[in-house]
Amino acid sequence: MKTIYILWLRELKRYFRSRSRIIGSLGQPILFLLALGYGLGTVFQKAGEGSYFQFLAPGIIGMSIIFTAIFSGIQMIWDRQFGFLKETLVAPVNRLTIMIGRTLGGATVATLQGLLVFLIVLIPGFHPYNWMLVPVAVLFMLLVALLFAALGTAIASLLDDMQGFQLIMNFLVMPLFFLSGALFPIDGLPPVLAGIVRFDPLSYGIDSFRILLTGSGSFGIGVDFAVLAAATAAFLAIGSYLFSKIQI
Amino acid sequence: MPDEPIIRVTGLVKKFGDFTAVDDVSFDVKKGEIFAFLGPNGAGKSTTIKMLTTVLVPNGGSIVLNGYDAAKDPAAVRRSFGIVFQDPSLDDELTAEENMEFHGVLYGVPAKLRKERIRELLEFVELWDRRKSLVKEFSGGMKRRLEIARGLLHHPAVIFLDEPTLGLDPQTRNHMWTYLQELNAKEGITVFFTTHYMEEAERIAQRIAIIDHGKIVAMGTAAELRERTGKGSLEDAFLALTGSVIREEEAGSIDRMRARGRMWQGRR
Repeated sequence: MKTIYILWLRELKRYFRSRSRIIGSLGQPILFLLALGYGLGTVFQKAGEGSYFQFLAPGIIGMSIIFTAIFSGIQMIWDRQFGFLKETLVAPVNRLTIMIGRTLGGATVATLQGLLVFLIVLIPGFHPYNWMLVPVAVLFMLLVALLFAALGTAIASLLDDMQGFQLIMNFLVMPLFFLSGALFPIDGLPPVLAGIVRFDPLSYGIDSFRILLTGSGSFGIGVDFAVLAAATAAFLAIGSYLFSKIQI
Repeated sequence: MPDEPIIRVTGLVKKFGDFTAVDDVSFDVKKGEIFAFLGPNGAGKSTTIKMLTTVLVPNGGSIVLNGYDAAKDPAAVRRSFGIVFQDPSLDDELTAEENMEFHGVLYGVPAKLRKERIRELLEFVELWDRRKSLVKEFSGGMKRRLEIARGLLHHPAVIFLDEPTLGLDPQTRNHMWTYLQELNAKEGITVFFTTHYMEEAERIAQRIAIIDHGKIVAMGTAAELRERTGKGSLEDAFLALTGSVIREEEAGSIDRMRARGRMWQGRR
């Protein structure tokens, strides 16, 4: 328990100490929100879908969570290069607890980042349809964050250096985000795209945020929860397995 | 059991693909001894240390440390040693004190004792005044000192030091060895270090193993090694035993091979 706590604490300390990282990682969501939210708002409204800004905000929250979570997992590669990973691996503790501590820490950081974006979207006028459901939405944010932090750790266990980072951004993180329905409604998509969207776990995360924050979604909150929980469990298992196999 | 060795290595083998990095290595280290692994670049020193510290799994042979088998009870082995790695392994974004605290928690040192020892050790390596500074502001020598303090925090039976003095100035080097020798005399802690500095091995170690191409080519006190080769200095004895071919080229390709080996192992 203490091991998990100290590893979690480390992730949080690192997060709060790098203010440039916090501010820097807010830039992208804000840009998306401004450019797309206002740029496509009129077209969206003309198509009879209502306020695009209201629609987009949960997607942008999801975006900041997935980016921060995967990134925090992948940061393990730096720990590997700068040597700190060795310090944890030679310690007389179970690797599973190390993996869980790190992942919980990364997930907490990603959830905080999601909350921060939530607060930011309130400024230009996003309004949750029921404030009572916001805490529930935060729990779902944590679940999504856990899922992708575990995925990040799994990937980082396979990589030796940052060379593969660009590859992961372009072929994993970006597709996960763009094909999640964060930016467009997923009802009435062409069948192939609809199939891909259904395969992307982030779709269910963003759907759950939308249901809980704006009151309308596609899959239903029960399905969202089931898929997210199953995917999180699977990635945690894969991540733990790969992490336990690391040799230096 | 006063005669029971603290480290017993038997027939240790490590292969990376076709390349045998450690080839049937056996040796004992006595309790309370200062033991040096001396060898040219790429001889297998670090690979051996990695297996002794359970982060690399050998292809064959056995390691018994402090009475525990590394293959069967790695957690007990890990509790028995402290290690200072060849390259830094501190968290730069944490303070010196936080790095110590982190280590203490991982090794299950109780809170009160942890506080006492952190103070004691940081004072000893003269970093107590800087305990609140982030490690990234430290110089190379300060980081090394902090790592040594950290490696001793859980009072291990053995401390491993992999090329501990690489890149340190003579003052820091001297300070570090004085401290370790004092600790060795006072607490009976076994010191196992690798180096390629002759004078360091000769001055500090009670016994030296010379390793080359993954094999131990000679073992004994510095005097015994000089005697056996009939040379006047340990450096000449070392060259007589390992030849005078420069290893840089070879080490490069070995490193690459090791990297590849690591990559595939990680994937398996």
